[in-house]
Amino acid sequence: MPVDPMLSEYSDLLFKGALTVYVLAMAFHAVEYVTSRARVRAVAAEAAPEPAAVGAAGGTGSTAGSGTADHGRVSEENADVPPPPVKASRPTRSRADRFGRMGVSLTILAVLLHFGSIVLRGLATVRWPLGNMYEFSSAVCLAAMVAWLVVLQRTSKRTRGLRKLGVFVLAPVLVLMFLAGTVLYAQAAPVVPALRSYWLSVHVTTVTLASGLFFVPGVASILYLMKRSGKPAGFVAKLPEADVLDRLAYRVTVVAFPMYTFAVIAGAIWAEAAWGRFWGWDPKETVAFVAWVIYAAYLHARATAGWRHVGAAWINILGLAAIIFNLFFINMVVAGLHSYAGLG
Amino acid sequence: MSSPPTAPPAPPEAPPEPPRRPRGGRAVLALLRNAWRGLTSMRTALVLLFLLALASLPGALLPQRSLNQQLVDKYFADYPRLAPLLDKIGAFEIFATPWFAAIYLLLMISLIGCLTPRSLEYLRAMRQKPVATPRNLSRMPHHAEAEVDGTPDEVLERVRGRLKGWRRAERDEGGVRTVSAERGFLRETGNLVFHVSLVGLLVGIAVGKLFGYEGQVIVLADGNQFCNTSILGYDSFNPGLRVDGTDLAPFCIKVDSFSAEYLPNGQPEQYTAQLGYQSAADVRSGDTATWRPDTLSVNHPLRLDGERVYLLNHGYAPRFTVTWPDGQQRTGEIQWQPVDTTTYLSQGATKFERPGIADDATRQKSSIAITGLFAPTSSGGQVVTSTYPDLLAPEAAIDVMRGDLGLDDGRGQSIFSVDQSKVDSGELVRVARENMVPGQEITLDDGTRIRFDDVTQWVALQVSHDPGQVTVLVFAILILLGLGLSLSIKRRRFWVRVVAAEPGTDGRARSRVELGGLARTDRAGYGEEFDRLRADLLEPAAASTAATTRNGGD
Ligand code: HEM
Repeated sequence: MPVDPMLSEYSDLLFKGALTVYVLAMAFHAVEYVTSRARVRAVAAEAAPEPAAVGAAGGTGSTAGSGTADHGRVSEENADVPPPPVKASRPTRSRADRFGRMGVSLTILAVLLHFGSIVLRGLATVRWPLGNMYEFSSAVCLAAMVAWLVVLQRTSKRTRGLRKLGVFVLAPVLVLMFLAGTVLYAQAAPVVPALRSYWLSVHVTTVTLASGLFFVPGVASILYLMKRSGKPAGFVAKLPEADVLDRLAYRVTVVAFPMYTFAVIAGAIWAEAAWGRFWGWDPKETVAFVAWVIYAAYLHARATAGWRHVGAAWINILGLAAIIFNLFFINMVVAGLHSYAGLG
Repeated sequence: MSSPPTAPPAPPEAPPEPPRRPRGGRAVLALLRNAWRGLTSMRTALVLLFLLALASLPGALLPQRSLNQQLVDKYFADYPRLAPLLDKIGAFEIFATPWFAAIYLLLMISLIGCLTPRSLEYLRAMRQKPVATPRNLSRMPHHAEAEVDGTPDEVLERVRGRLKGWRRAERDEGGVRTVSAERGFLRETGNLVFHVSLVGLLVGIAVGKLFGYEGQVIVLADGNQFCNTSILGYDSFNPGLRVDGTDLAPFCIKVDSFSAEYLPNGQPEQYTAQLGYQSAADVRSGDTATWRPDTLSVNHPLRLDGERVYLLNHGYAPRFTVTWPDGQQRTGEIQWQPVDTTTYLSQGATKFERPGIADDATRQKSSIAITGLFAPTSSGGQVVTSTYPDLLAPEAAIDVMRGDLGLDDGRGQSIFSVDQSKVDSGELVRVARENMVPGQEITLDDGTRIRFDDVTQWVALQVSHDPGQVTVLVFAILILLGLGLSLSIKRRRFWVRVVAAEPGTDGRARSRVELGGLARTDRAGYGEEFDRLRADLLEPAAASTAATTRNGGD
């Protein structure tokens, strides 16, 4: 099928536009972060900052009358208590707040441009626009940004401190997007026969979404570890409470993980139709399996004494590393059935 | 399992029993018990999961025999010292090594050992009444208290209505009425379904590995047939551990034609092969006259009863006719091997034994082989290369060899080349070198004529049989469902305590109501739901001054 050069050019333009606006948004969030104040701790006992509360939890939980299992949980619930709404009492918006709001608006604009770029690619090539690494990486970035906006929207009432993390979410996404637009860039073109299947859209779309989603917990876990280590002090003081970060990581992971599971299963179903077996330990399949096992380990760690906090966060970061490794290294370096990177 | 849902008999991760030093049989028993406990603990599961991930990684980073033997050979050539060491530990076939199997088997044992008690626990908890209301509800993470209108009975009626769908138990503790409610048992169900399905999935895979097989065969796409009657019909065959090839489903395939579509740059767009087939049932019932039509293409295998037929690859088979001086004629056509997967430049050897000669020695000496390169779209010129994979301007650059091909030696030889030792020994001599297009004919020094007739396409088919496949799919879906349930549903408890209060100034009955809530899953948000419950149950009394709430931020 012929490629429409006009549309594909517009798609590229939108991509560049989105990239530019993301950069602006990141700059605004950076200013927001720098000018924001360190959080004032609420009444210490109430906010139950970790790690002290975890050790102390054994005493408080016993009234639950439901045995050991609940001890840790009670304290975690306590930690849900948000600090009193400091901002509500201030009539005028602070500078940080203004910058933050503009950062979010710009992010939304960029997401729209970005989405347009992907749609035009699809129209230009008359196929699902996830056929090579450029398209795939671009879509992962979009998924990550949409996930981030959803998180912001869902937590806006309760956890105000999250917004200024925008700069940290945008930074890795921008790196990936820049790479997508340069190193990985591929001209709009039709795909090889093995990719002509509606399972392509099912499998690759869900992999993309899940990978994008995993970015948010990955970033949250990194910040969580920094916050807990307390270093560098000036930097981490402005981060939200460790517990908020930890919860963010968990919340997004439990959405991304089943989606990823589905994506792997869909991939297996497709492989059965395309290659004659549902699983063959192709390098891509192998690393997908490794990443899946790592995220399963993350969920287990959260139910294992001594691993709940720092250990789990490290595992989550490892999971993201596996996802990224699979996205790039396996496509570009290792030869396998999945080598349709379109890089040469 | 560190945190079972209801009070466990003993926390499994408690330190092992104080060292008593039992002797003899008891010591062995104690050892076994401790080993079992250790194996089924959550921490062990975690370690095993890590090991599984770690052990799989070399499978992605090192070449694997099952995927590409050539890459393994290359690795041996590149790292002559390291490769044999790696080979000793099975690094080139990770997923078939005993130690990889050991890890996942241990994980499965751990899983079963961990889940059996948990399932029993779960069944018991399902039948038990929700736990009594704690004395001090204000110490619960979610708590609210207020005075509302109505007698305790009326309030309880309201509570019952609001808590539809919760498992409830009411208790009367000497004038103090309590309701304990619990919800979210499906989470546990999901978790069990998930883990049990993992075992099921593995069983399905094992069945496939035992009773499945995979075979590849090349068939000329000009009406040639292939029948799945014995392993010998295949070019290569990978049987499962319990497959000896005696019991194959005897279906037949006839490949009528093959076509490929390409983009101008040579990238393939679609491959299709037109087939006729006779299912095993057709063949068994003796119905071998009719062929059922089917179109095979990438992503669209032919699904028979238990076997699937895939189109894996294609290529060209040039057809030559040799006419010896005595008028004897032979036509040969055999697949040539694509050496360049983008232009389909192919190489091969079409071999002819001279017919009509009784004397072995003479016959052998005058055999003919046509070897060389074939270009589907020739670049033209003296040196033939291919510029495009489709059959636009076919040309073959051939060497004609005459002499002893060594076909009677009893040694197998490649179908893509002649036996080099025969060339080296002078028993096989090149008698012509020519570029030929279809229809062209050349005459050798002894009058033998060689005609390049035409080109036929061949297809590489794969036949796969995996009796565990459906089982695997079913369990994979169950895994997904279980996972969805267990990660989205929150287990939570809710308590209500109601006592009669002083009547209001208007003389109407009032009750004092206290609520408590506890989420029992990992950082699950429960605050919002609790807020709604509080609003519904206490809000009528919003005006009442005594309302105090304390609850979670989400
Ligand atoms: C084949 C390897 C395994 C995989 C892939 C796996 C995967 C998972 C996943 C994804 C979850 C999250 C579901 C949830 O949080 O409810 C989970 C939870 C759980 N798994 Fe496994 N699991 C495996 C083996 C085991 C083993 C061996 C045990 C026992 C020692 C175990 C015990 C548990 C328990 C108790 C939970 C619930 C944790 C909680 O209450 O939050 N799993 N598992």
